Amino acid sequence: MIIDFLLLLFLVICAIGAVYFKDLLSSTMILCVYSLVMALVWARLNAVDVAITEAAVGAGITTVLLIAALSRTKRGEEVRSQKSEKKSITVHSLFSLLIVIATGAVLVYGTVDMPDFADPEAPAAIHVSPRYIEKTYEEVGIVNIVTAVLADYRGFDTLGEVIVIFAAGICVIFLLRKRVY
Amino acid sequence: MIELIAGKYNYWIYITLMMIGFYAMIEKGNLIKKIIGLNIFQTAIFLFYISISKVEGGTAPILILGKEAVVYDNPLPHVLILTAIVVGVSVTAVAIALVIRIYESFGTVEEEEILNIMKNSSLKPEENIKT
Repeated sequence: MIIDFLLLLFLVICAIGAVYFKDLLSSTMILCVYSLVMALVWARLNAVDVAITEAAVGAGITTVLLIAALSRTKRGEEVRSQKSEKKSITVHSLFSLLIVIATGAVLVYGTVDMPDFADPEAPAAIHVSPRYIEKTYEEVGIVNIVTAVLADYRGFDTLGEVIVIFAAGICVIFLLRKRVY
Repeated sequence: MIELIAGKYNYWIYITLMMIGFYAMIEKGNLIKKIIGLNIFQTAIFLFYISISKVEGGTAPILILGKEAVVYDNPLPHVLILTAIVVGVSVTAVAIALVIRIYESFGTVEEEEILNIMKNSSLKPEENIKT
């Protein structure tokens, strides 16, 4: 479908924009748009629960956190262009670009052996998931398989996720608490 | 060749996204820019997982009762990524808290300036804290 391709293209444009702009508030806003478009793509791929989570958490909370960080630090990214260091900066950029292109090339080479997109015979689609699709209603009694797996089959995993959030919260509190000397 | 492109171009777009995030992480000196790159990198991986779950002609993995022979998408990657999104936001939150702490200590979030300050001062970083 053409709309899927256009959405993916728009994602790439948003990602480049978020990285390119020197004003960090613009970058943050473009990242918010990127997350929302990502949620749309996931809704198109039938991952409805994931799309809603991304729209709320990725586009919402991440943007709020980044704006909070910007309000407590500097808004503009400084251009590294002191004349004496200019040469080393270009070398640094080129070297980064080289690493990125090399990594990308290796990954593209890896996709050649992957099953085609939306292939019904792909190992991921025929190996474990049919068991969940067939038995979920019998065993759990919920029509939404994602919810059933998240809260029942993999309930301990979700508990672990809560522990991760708790640990992150403790970390943030300890890092940002007011110090008394 | 056409077949290869038609079947795989999705994956290549995800790789492009991931590499944009990677580039921001290793090339940009601004720490907040690095976090933005980290976010792009993460979501590209999530997108890759979600696209694995797509099955030709499948509907969302919500059971339609009383109807036989419905093709559903694979629900398991969805569950993994639901967990991963929330963990990703936790990582972002801790990273941002660290950046704010660095700004309080050094007065800048540019990597090179921080390195210069650390090089030029004989004090240890902890003793630079502005109260």
